[in-house]
Amino acid sequence: MSDIYLDNNATTKVDHAVVDVMIPYFLEQYGNPSSIHKFADGVARGLKHARQQVQALIGCEHDSEIIFTSCGTESNSTAILSAIKAQPNKKEIITTMVEHPAILNVCDYLEKEGYTIHRMPVDKAGRLNLEAYKKLLSEQVALVTVMWANNETGTIFPVIEMAELANAAGVMFHTDAVQAVGKLPMMLQDTKIDMLSISGHKLHAPKGIGVLYLRRGTRYRPLLRGGHQERGRRAGTENSASIVGLGKACELALEYIEYENTVVKAMRDRLEQGITELIPHCFVTGDLYNRLPNTTDIAFEYIEGESILMLLNKAGIAASSGSACTSGSLEPSHVMRAMDIPYTAAHGTIRFSFSRYNTMAEVEKVIEVMPGIVATLRKLSPYWEGDGPVADPEKAFAPVYA
Amino acid sequence: MWDYSDKVKEHFFNPKNAGAVVDANATGEVGSISCGDALRLTLKVDDDTEVILEAGFQTFGCGSAIASSSVLTEIIKGMTLDEAAKVTNQDIAEQLEGLPPEKMHCSVMGREALQAAIANYRGEVWKDDHEEGALICKCFAIDAVMIEEMVWANKLRTVEDVTNFTKAGGGCAACHEDIEAILEKVLAEKGEKFDPDAASVVAPAKIAAVKAPLTNLQRIKKIEMVLESLRPALMADGGDVELVEVIGNTAYVNMTGACNGCQMAAMTIAGIQQRLMEVMGEFIKVVPASEMAKLVNIEVA
Repeated sequence: MSDIYLDNNATTKVDHAVVDVMIPYFLEQYGNPSSIHKFADGVARGLKHARQQVQALIGCEHDSEIIFTSCGTESNSTAILSAIKAQPNKKEIITTMVEHPAILNVCDYLEKEGYTIHRMPVDKAGRLNLEAYKKLLSEQVALVTVMWANNETGTIFPVIEMAELANAAGVMFHTDAVQAVGKLPMMLQDTKIDMLSISGHKLHAPKGIGVLYLRRGTRYRPLLRGGHQERGRRAGTENSASIVGLGKACELALEYIEYENTVVKAMRDRLEQGITELIPHCFVTGDLYNRLPNTTDIAFEYIEGESILMLLNKAGIAASSGSACTSGSLEPSHVMRAMDIPYTAAHGTIRFSFSRYNTMAEVEKVIEVMPGIVATLRKLSPYWEGDGPVADPEKAFAPVYA
Repeated sequence: MWDYSDKVKEHFFNPKNAGAVVDANATGEVGSISCGDALRLTLKVDDDTEVILEAGFQTFGCGSAIASSSVLTEIIKGMTLDEAAKVTNQDIAEQLEGLPPEKMHCSVMGREALQAAIANYRGEVWKDDHEEGALICKCFAIDAVMIEEMVWANKLRTVEDVTNFTKAGGGCAACHEDIEAILEKVLAEKGEKFDPDAASVVAPAKIAAVKAPLTNLQRIKKIEMVLESLRPALMADGGDVELVEVIGNTAYVNMTGACNGCQMAAMTIAGIQQRLMEVMGEFIKVVPASEMAKLVNIEVA
């Protein structure tokens, strides 16, 4: 069997049909869409079509609400900085402890600039407390920015309800939906969401293209000023080939959204059931009953994630981990810490994330190799003895930490 | 994924001396707060000779932690305790053919486990002698604790100071914002305010000396000196370089011997230019002498 890719929340393979529609924009229609000649006359049409394809996927009212950006991170930065620039008297932002660094690091930076950041905690299943959220909403708040679905656990936040609450309190609402778009059906025109971020490479479009959805009427300040591109809301020559590619990817995502929630979900469920049945001392993290259909995050106790990944990689299987070691940071994943997952488990979390390209045969292969990998590493672990963890692990092994 | 050496992979995939030694008479248990990794080292020491007969490890940690533990047990087997006490984390990293800067603490953890085990055998209590912080400068592997201590101890005020005292920030410069944050924090604790334009604590005369412009004669002499120092390396490859002319900041050279016509000549010239700029502290352009004729003609025309 060829290599198995189960790291689709990190990035995805570009769909062949997407590559096909992009090629003419490199080789033939390579003109600047602003130019008046035959190298450019199809480009504007291509961009318009792509805008409509994105519009159809997220169900927004107008195609002019779609602003093409360079990536999800740019969309997130634009949304946050726009909200505070457009409302200079409001000095508070509401977010969560489990956002992506593309949100958290911008908030940390604004905190240094004097903003008050409310980072809402989550419970052990990664869920928010909406009562606490309601109390935070006030006239002082410039923006609520809450992810639609968590990249590590797949846990879905009730953003539609939260946007209603924000709207009722007169507060702008943004959601980082890079993991949710294409996996969950959406109809933005029926919501009170003001801004939403999309990343192309999470849904089989290329890297380097993103979208900021901006509801008509939402106060806005551009991040990049310059030319008239995107109606002056995001200057810079359009990445026409990638925009057209993203359009096609959105069309395909809409086509496959039911497949994602049936066939892909069944593969995820089978993997989860197989692994948790065969391997002792492991558990699934996040909100099991309210998750993306393609994601599972499993904590293997008493062993460390990078070691698991290296052995998986040797077996031809690609996944990712929330351990500190894979990122070179000090701490295990902030998402695991926020959920209060014990240290010896948080370091051993492995995320398997599926796409429509995966097969059930691949799932069976992973179920076959995983028990051996975990057993190999547990044999090396000071917390493990024979067939189980040592009695009272925390006391039996208490190293001096330096 | 990390760029691990083959040696690291070898020790990770086929670890040596995994598991606890039966009848061990020395045990060291340490953890690295940097990443949560932890290691238990068990030794069987000959009571008469103090030779380490057997060594075993149990590690909760990443690929390089397991590889560091494995290679450590290989290094110390057969050593006396006194010999083993001299093993450094550099020795461990070297045996592994290097570790990524973010992973050096894995080798430190190995050394600490060894020292803890030796102390345990001798009935002493091992105490950690250093604290480790977040890695700030990836080029020179300098952490936050080290920078903070140096800022306190030497009254450092600017990023340049920090670079002069710790090397941190002297490479790619990506960590300058983080270093400024540390300066801001420490200076605030001292009741001072961080000023990016503050004078460096290093004597200004030293910096001024470097900045003085060279005369043309000094420049030629210096270029000759640098080329002389590079010559042995070129000659080792069967080539040579000769200085033909210096006009302003442009040095015209002839690549001779094997360098002549070599496809790598352009890269070699770029390397010479880089070296010249580093030594002379000013912009120098190195151009093949064959280009000189064209230039002169243009000027004449």
